[in-house]
Order: sequence, then structure tokens, then C-alpha cells
Amino acid sequence: MNVFEWSFLAGVLTATTPVLLAALGGLLCQVAGVFNIALEGQLLWGAFVAVVVSDLTGSAWTGVAGAVAATVLFSALLSGPAVALRADPIVVAVGLNLLALGLTAFLMRQIFGSGGTYSSPDLAGLPDLGELGVDVPVLREQSPLVPVALLLVVVMATWLTRTRSGLRLRAVGQHLDAAQAVGLRVSGYQHGVTLVAGALCGLAGAQLSLGNVTLFSEGMSAGRGWIAVVAVMLSGVYPGRLLLACLLFGVAEAFGFRLQGAGLPQQAADAAPYVITLAALVLAAVTRRRRRSYEHA
Amino acid sequence: MYAAELVGVTKRFGPVLANDGIDLAVARGEVHAVVGENGAGKSTLMSILYGLHRPDAGEVRRDGNRIVLRSPTDAIRHGLGMVHQRFRLFPGLTVAENIVIGAEPVRRGRLDRAAANEAVAALSERYGLRADPSALVGGLPVGVRQRVEILRALYRHAEVLILDEPTAVLTPGETDRLFEVLRTVAATGVSILLVTHKLSEVLAVGDRVTVLRQGRVTGRFTASETDADELVNAMIGRSLTPPAPRRARVPEGEPLLEVRDLTVRDADGVARLSGISFAVRPGEIVGLAGVAGSGQRELVDSVTGLRGAVPGVFLAGTPVLAGRDPRVAYVPEDRHGRATAPGMSVAENVLMGAQRDLASRGGLPRAKVRARARDLVDRFSISAASVDVPIGALSGGNAQKAVLARELTRSSQVVVAEEPTQGVDVGVRERVHDLLRTARDEGAAILLQSSELSELRDLADRILVLYEGRVVAEFPGDATETELGRAMVGATG
Ligand SMILES: Nc1ncnc2c1ncn2[C@@H]1O[C@H](COP(=O)(O)OP(=O)(O)OP(=O)(O)O)[C@@H](O)[C@H]1O
Ligand SMILES: [Mg+2]
Repeated sequence: MNVFEWSFLAGVLTATTPVLLAALGGLLCQVAGVFNIALEGQLLWGAFVAVVVSDLTGSAWTGVAGAVAATVLFSALLSGPAVALRADPIVVAVGLNLLALGLTAFLMRQIFGSGGTYSSPDLAGLPDLGELGVDVPVLREQSPLVPVALLLVVVMATWLTRTRSGLRLRAVGQHLDAAQAVGLRVSGYQHGVTLVAGALCGLAGAQLSLGNVTLFSEGMSAGRGWIAVVAVMLSGVYPGRLLLACLLFGVAEAFGFRLQGAGLPQQAADAAPYVITLAALVLAAVTRRRRRSYEHA
Repeated sequence: MYAAELVGVTKRFGPVLANDGIDLAVARGEVHAVVGENGAGKSTLMSILYGLHRPDAGEVRRDGNRIVLRSPTDAIRHGLGMVHQRFRLFPGLTVAENIVIGAEPVRRGRLDRAAANEAVAALSERYGLRADPSALVGGLPVGVRQRVEILRALYRHAEVLILDEPTAVLTPGETDRLFEVLRTVAATGVSILLVTHKLSEVLAVGDRVTVLRQGRVTGRFTASETDADELVNAMIGRSLTPPAPRRARVPEGEPLLEVRDLTVRDADGVARLSGISFAVRPGEIVGLAGVAGSGQRELVDSVTGLRGAVPGVFLAGTPVLAGRDPRVAYVPEDRHGRATAPGMSVAENVLMGAQRDLASRGGLPRAKVRARARDLVDRFSISAASVDVPIGALSGGNAQKAVLARELTRSSQVVVAEEPTQGVDVGVRERVHDLLRTARDEGAAILLQSSELSELRDLADRILVLYEGRVVAEFPGDATETELGRAMVGATG
């Protein structure tokens, strides 16, 4: 197996993108001091709405827009209690993750008449970049959201370090009282990032159900939102590090597909990316912590 | 016309009347000191002037006009600035970012770092407040952090600058520098409100003084026409009893704390302490002097076991135990970090570590816990609404008394106290000193680290001076401040 084949690299990008989009939302929340572990639920919800809207309208882009809008609304269920009412964000997020799982399964039966997996010829998927005239080997079979996600990494890094609102966002995350004392509207920023994270998870979901594949199946987010959470925790406030952590997952998943092709049992191949990613991320965290504790001793 | 006025300000916190009809006025360019016991309501009053609390009654005026402050944002807009008792800085941002935040220079949609650095450098220059604009705040010493806070207020064009106990965290040298700065700033027409417990400072730098007691004004003075006794009287309603004359005593008995040739290195292998040897005998207070960062932290951590079982430290003849050696009572400097769990109740904090004695049949009987806590609160005259309020809500001095209550009732034979009277009022200070003397008279061996030389001179039988990780001199307790000061900066002989 040649890791440097274009098709392998393309597989890596495909697998990375939904995780990366969700993780960018999570990173933003972390920067502003909002503990957001509802990425998994929002990702699933976004994937579901994208399929429903695309199926109804026959337009993948309307599906994407619908997913973004619906997930922003969904994320308001986190920002409302957690930011405005200062409820425990963990409790709220756990509730939302369960809600997304139940609600998508329920609505799926209501709308499509059966559970499990839905796909149909009427369901419009996102176009490949190749069809849109992009002739770069790795990108030819990717959805347009793939370069968007990569671009967002750069945009976010620039935003956080170079702009006024980025600086204020970091300040809010570092010391809430101090931010208040210098006159920043703290809750405004925190509501804002939570909703933007919702939008990004909506995009992530749409990429998952209309980009990576063209179908919806129950629980299809399959822990990607949790991988995103872990990646965020280990990346601090650095989008560049976040990209690396997400790419690691992409590589592991693409590798898992290959292993399956090579005859590994499916369960093992399915589990592989999660095991590899978690092991590597934890290892990275431990070595970093160790180094830091030396510096402080 | 006054630059800022508080008129008839009243503020309640539940049953506590923190401010009771207070009038206070500051003129342009005046340094106005506000003094009073712990819990007298000084911080509350300053918070009202900065829009952090809203008064229940009364009003705030600026240049004679009534203003309504709903938040610090309003206060900043009205030219008010505040340096908080607990700093409000962003550790991960640079000095310049910390200063300009909230009013950042922007150029073509982007943060203009160069302009920010320039503005900060210009301000530093103008007021003699040196700070590197591009340094990260998290790594700066306390004195510099405070400068950053002052610069922030000046950057926002504060015409009234409020400082709440700014000198509590400073070394004597830093304090002198701060006062020079305050005089420079006041000379440009800025009014300064200075909250402090140190009366010598009030007399040195203040123009006028307002004394608060239990939420009311109990005295207004002109600094040049008053003295410490008069102020103390207004503060606590009596005069201080002069400390008992020093007894010439030769402590006897085997040392309870002994340090032999202690060397401590940091992660990079740099020696922070080298070849330290001394002993503290029962009934003896040994003082530890030195400019900040001379190895005090490392020494205290070694002696208490917080640095692990370091070789060379012996308690009653046996090596120190790692973790927190139970044979040592420890009064840490960092009141809301090491010394207390700010979110937990007064009862939980004063009994922390003693729960085992109270436990019965695997449970902690609530009634017993509260009775014991109430007893401690009474004995150490801690003023708290109840033993169930979080200790973080107590005024600084009361939190400190709670720490002492816990540590001095541990029946440990060795007491290590770091800055035990930092931020406490003169009455409490007297009380803390009495408590330490009593512990000494009962046979405790006490190691007292303090940046206040007068405190060391009042209490210590001997004073060790640390300089660059070594004990460079040892003085008897009545050494002069000049002698000590010279040794502290390494001028031996
Ligand atoms: N947020 C609050 N909630 C409840 N009580 C409070 C609060 N802030 C202050 N108090 C109470 O109000 C009284 C005045 O407190 P304040 O902090 O103003 O005193 P202080 O004069 O600044 O004391 P110190 O010198 O110890 O700092 C105290 O009894 C304190 O316990
Ligand atoms: Mg105070």
C-alpha cells in the first residue's frame, strides 16, 4: 500500500474535514472560555437536517444552508442556559448530545417512514470540485467544503491574533472578571462563539452526509464530535495545532479503510481510527504536560 | 468643585451593612487615602465608585454632576480607573495588549500592534512606569503587573485613579517606586484614591485621609496635621498597646526545626538555595528577610515538605515528610490559592485537615462541625455573616484570621508563617502578632518570613537574611532597618 498515492491523501482529506469543521467551532468556544462538548450532537443534527432539506428541495446547497441555520438554532439551546443562565455547560451539553441522537432517530421515522439508513436518488449530494473545474489530483473528488475548512484554519488563526475582536475573545477566555472590568461585553462574545460553533457544526454535518457520502443513517456522526472535542482540548488556542490533530484522525481513518480492504475484520477497522487518534493525542498531551511541569518546577 | 464625590452612599450585602451613608470627596490632583479595619467597607465603597456594585442609596458625582454607573464600562467612560486588590490582567496577553484592550488602536480592520506598543511606551516614559510592551504578563513579577494595571487606567484617560491596597503585594523598594509614580501622576491633575492598611504610607504620600469604621466615616484628616496614633484611634476606637518589651531570652532545648546544608535546584539545575543551615528551637521566632525571589519560596516549600522529602530538613530530629508534613503549621502568603479554598465555606476552611478528629462512625456530624467552627470564629474574632458563607466573600483580613485560626490550632510544634499580616488592618496585625507570641511562649518553633522589616524586628529573636539563595547574614532581633536593608541587597560588611 502506498501512502503517497493521491487517492490515499484524498481519503485523508475527506475523513478530516467534518472533524476539522466541528473542532474549529470547539476551538473558538474554548478560546472564549465556553466549555462546549456538544459538538457530537450538533454534528449529527446538522447531518440530518442537511439530508432532509436537500431531499425536499433537491438542492444540496439549500441543504447546507438549512443545516447551518438549524444547527445555529440548536446551539442556542447550549448558549442560552450555559452563557445567559450560567448553568453547568457539561450537563447541558450531555443533554443536547442525547437530544440530537433521539430527535434525529424519531424525525427520521416521521419524515422518511423508517429508521436505519436513508438514501435516495432524489437526494442531491454536494458536487465534486472536479465537476466545478478544479483540476488538482487530491481535490478533484472532494466537496467544495473541503478547501473551505482548510481556509477557515488560516482565517481563524489570523482572526484570533490579528484583529480586535480576536484579542477580546482571547481576553474573555482568560479572565472573565478582568474582561468585564475593562468594559467588554463578556456574554455577548460567549453567545457569539457558541452560535458560530453551531454554524460550523452545521457545515460539518452537511459535509458528512452530503459530501463524504450522500445518505443519512442513525448515529452517523459516530464519535467524530468527540474526537473534535479531544483535539480542541489538546490544541489550546492554536488552529494550526488543531489542524494537525484532526489530520491525524483523517490519516487513521483512511488507513482503517485500507486495512479493511486488506482483509482486517470490519469492527477492528472501524475502531482503528479512534484508537490510534486517541492514543496519539493522549501521548502528545502527556509529553507536553511533562515538559511544561519541568518548566514550572 | 471636586473631581469625584460619593454622597450618602449606603450598601447592604444581606444582613451586612457594608457602607452606611458615606460621604467622600476628592479634589483634582489630590492623593486621598482611605483607611479602616478589615471589613470596614473600603473595597465596597471603591467598587461602587467604579460601577462594580450599585449603591442602595446615595449618589456618585463627577466634576459636580451626578452620574449613574451601571458597570465598569460606564465608569471608564466617565474617566474613572481602578487597580484592583486582586489583579485583573490577562496572563496570556502581552503588556501592550493588556493595556489597550477595550480601546485598541485599529488600522484597516486589523489590530495595530505597532501603534499599541508605541502608545504604551510613551505612557511608560511619561509617568516613569517601566514595562516592556511585548512581554507576556503571565511571567512578570507582581510589581510590574501592577504597573500594567496603572498604565491601563492611564491609557483609558482616567482622571480619578482608585488603588485598592496596592502596596500589600509589593516589596519596600517597589512601594517607594509606586509612591513616586503616584506623585507624578497626581501632579498631572489626576486624583488618586488610595486604600491601604499601612499608616506610615498614608502619612508619607496622602494629602488627605478618610477613616472608615463599620461602614461609616469616623474621621477626616489632613495628612500633614495628623499622626499615626490619631488615625488608629479613629480606625479602631482605641490606641494600640505598645508591644511588650523584648525579653532577652536564650531558647533552650533540642531544635524542633533544623536545616543542614540545604541546596535546592530548579528544573534547569540552577541552584535556588545553596548550603543553608540554621536551627529553630522551642520558644524561638526566627525571622527570614530578603528581597522578593531570594529563595524564600524554595526554603519555605522545603521546610513544609511541599517540595518533597528534601535531604537536609529535620523536624524534631527526623527528616521532613513529603507532601505537607503534619508536624508543621503553615500560614501561606497566597491567601486564595494555597491558604484557602475560596469557594468553600468558612467552616470547611477553618477545619480543613481537622475533620478526622471530628469524624464519628465514618460521618462528619454537622452540628459538631459547625459548633467547632463557630468556636474558632469567635476565638479569633473573625467577622463573617455565618460559618457557611464562602471564605472568598470575607474581607482580606478576616480570611487571614481564618487561616491563622486553622493553623495555630493544629497543635503542630513548628510554625512557618509567610507574610502573616499582609493586607490586614492594624488591629488584626496586633492580634496576629499576639497569637504568634503566644504560640512561641507555649514552646513552638516559629519561622517567620516577612517583607516588612518592622514586623521582623517586632517579633523575631534572630533574623536571617537571604540573598541569592544563601544566608548572607544573621542579626539579633533588634537590628536596625539600615543594617538589614544593606544585607538584603548583598552589601556585606
Ligand atoms: N460580595 C459580597 N457579598 C457579601 N458580603 C460582602 C461582599 N463584599 C463585601 N462584603 C462584606 O461587606 C463588608 C465590607 O467588606 P469590604 O471588602 O468592603 O471591606 P474592606 O474594608 O475592603 O476590608 P479589607 O481591609 O479586609 O479588604 C464585610 O463584612 C464583607 O464581608
Ligand atoms: Mg478590601
